[in-house]
Amino acid sequence: MSAVREAQIRIPLIDGHKTYHDISEDICKPIESKASRGWYICITIAGIIALWGIGCIFYLIGTGIGTWGLNKTVNWAWDITNFVWWVGIGHAGTLISAVLLLFRQRWRMAVNRSAEAMTIFAVIMAALFPVMHMGRIWCAYWVLPLPNQFGSLWVNFNSPLLWDVFAISTYFTVSLVFWYIGLIPDFGTIRDRMTKPLAKKVYSILSFGWTGNAKAWNRFEIVSLVLAGLSTPLVFSVHSIVSTDFATSIVPGWHTTIFPPYFVSGAVFSGFAMVLTLLLIMRKVMKLENYVTVKHVEYMNIVIIVTGSIVGVAYLTELFVSWYSGVEYESYAFINRFSGDYAWSYWSMMTCNVISPQLFWVKKWRRSLTFTFVMSIIVNIGMWFERFVIIVTSLHRDYVPSSWTWFHPTFVDIGIFVGTIGIFFTLFLLFARYFPVLALNELKSILKTSGESYKEEQWKAEGGLYRKTS
Amino acid sequence: MANKVYYAMYDDDHKCLEGAKTLVGEGVHVSDAFSPFPIHGIDPVIGVQHTRLGICAFLYGITGTMTAIFGIKYFMISDWPMIVGGKPNGTMLENLPAFIPPIFEFTVFCAAHGMALTYLLRNKTLPGMPARNPDPRTTDDKFVLEIRTAENHGMTEDKIQSLLKSTGIVELDVREIEA
Repeated sequence: MSAVREAQIRIPLIDGHKTYHDISEDICKPIESKASRGWYICITIAGIIALWGIGCIFYLIGTGIGTWGLNKTVNWAWDITNFVWWVGIGHAGTLISAVLLLFRQRWRMAVNRSAEAMTIFAVIMAALFPVMHMGRIWCAYWVLPLPNQFGSLWVNFNSPLLWDVFAISTYFTVSLVFWYIGLIPDFGTIRDRMTKPLAKKVYSILSFGWTGNAKAWNRFEIVSLVLAGLSTPLVFSVHSIVSTDFATSIVPGWHTTIFPPYFVSGAVFSGFAMVLTLLLIMRKVMKLENYVTVKHVEYMNIVIIVTGSIVGVAYLTELFVSWYSGVEYESYAFINRFSGDYAWSYWSMMTCNVISPQLFWVKKWRRSLTFTFVMSIIVNIGMWFERFVIIVTSLHRDYVPSSWTWFHPTFVDIGIFVGTIGIFFTLFLLFARYFPVLALNELKSILKTSGESYKEEQWKAEGGLYRKTS
Repeated sequence: MANKVYYAMYDDDHKCLEGAKTLVGEGVHVSDAFSPFPIHGIDPVIGVQHTRLGICAFLYGITGTMTAIFGIKYFMISDWPMIVGGKPNGTMLENLPAFIPPIFEFTVFCAAHGMALTYLLRNKTLPGMPARNPDPRTTDDKFVLEIRTAENHGMTEDKIQSLLKSTGIVELDVREIEA
């Protein structure tokens, strides 16, 4: 029997009367057996798209950023839109693994591993854009405060763009370390199960010689806790800093103090949507229905309602304040957003981000997997439009009407954006094939409090009726 | 006489914890425990000290904060003062609000990576290190207690074995090691 008892109202998080060994079996089996045909088809498609994207990136670097559709009025467009979109998606993983760890939410254990992997891949995609935007990529090290022959002329620590360098690199490396430290014991499990010599050798190297003795676990728990404590403010700071790229400028429509909290909740909103997109496919293909239950999906949909509502309130506040400020440039920027040439993008954003998450108030819908899947894609489209609206609609109507213009993406713009989606999915598919997709050793530690058989036993012992509602 | 190591295997974390309590209560020194996930409450029983990694993280963090503050002061105030958009930069204090984000990020960077490296080094978990768990099943669903005769001089081998058997073990592995 378990030492920790949970209230009866909490339904099991691990269904199907699992034992410790079953958990190892269920999660290691896909790694040990041959990949399905579906996996090969998916990775081929993703790989082709990725190669197209990489081709466009090489063409861009060889030719220069003139190949993008930027012009002298709209001098920032898809590159920064994609950057912010990917960074936003990369916010769910660390939120799930860090914030939910501090709040002791047990349901996070079924989703944290894949959400963290998604975070890392999304942040890599995000980081590509500012690096590409430098044009002369071989000078990328100039963003670091290194002694040089220009003076030394140092980087400008007043600039949000430099804060971004620090924020994104810290966020990426800390997320990577957090993810890998959690993976080490699970690689140990795979290493000890593997029979093929080459695979055993590879997983032996990946597991760093993990032993699982009492002291190691003692350290492991503290490291996880402290990293979670460090990552929690990091999650909030990173997207706040990204938002100051806009908020500290004087462009009407960007110059607003509401940006940091609005960007952070938007980031969590889109990140959870992407986690759901990936997880709903993965749970089906890899037969993880017992671990990622409908209850897990429902919990994530509740987070989507909350963050989606914050985003909705932020949109409306922005609109109100632009009028209330009495600044004509500011109010024009917003009137132009919802009624100007780019009104279609504004209303797509409003529909996808404000109206659609409210549908999750209906219990039946937020527990429906098909509905959730469709909604998760809609939310991600909406969040891409949010960044597009903020960036392009604020710029395309300059102070001088003679410089008013449109933004037309070129094939390089489109190729790089679609290409990053391809690279992202290629990396994620490789992760799903060779890495333990669920934190199996963490799942074992909650089996006795949240496993179905143990729950049943506990309910019977306490005289309650066993009920299974998931 | 060669020293012996007993590896007592349990199939349940609770039984393993209770077993460790019984053994320690009888005066047996348990050297270590191997498990697929942390057994909560076993550390004080077998005498594993609480880790000081949290303190390390704080020290690494404070090092990062100080490095960032002094670095930025040198770059932005002393060596090459930059006037950007007319923002005040005469003293560090005037300009500090703009420097908080990179100082914070660098603090987190140093604390997290310093602690992670210390963790890997202290655990002797590095790429290419051999696995040292006594049985491959300890990373799956088995829990093993390690008892060394060298650390239990007051006990006969029969006494240790009979005590172990009374705690509900599923397997007992005895290995001889060079003294």
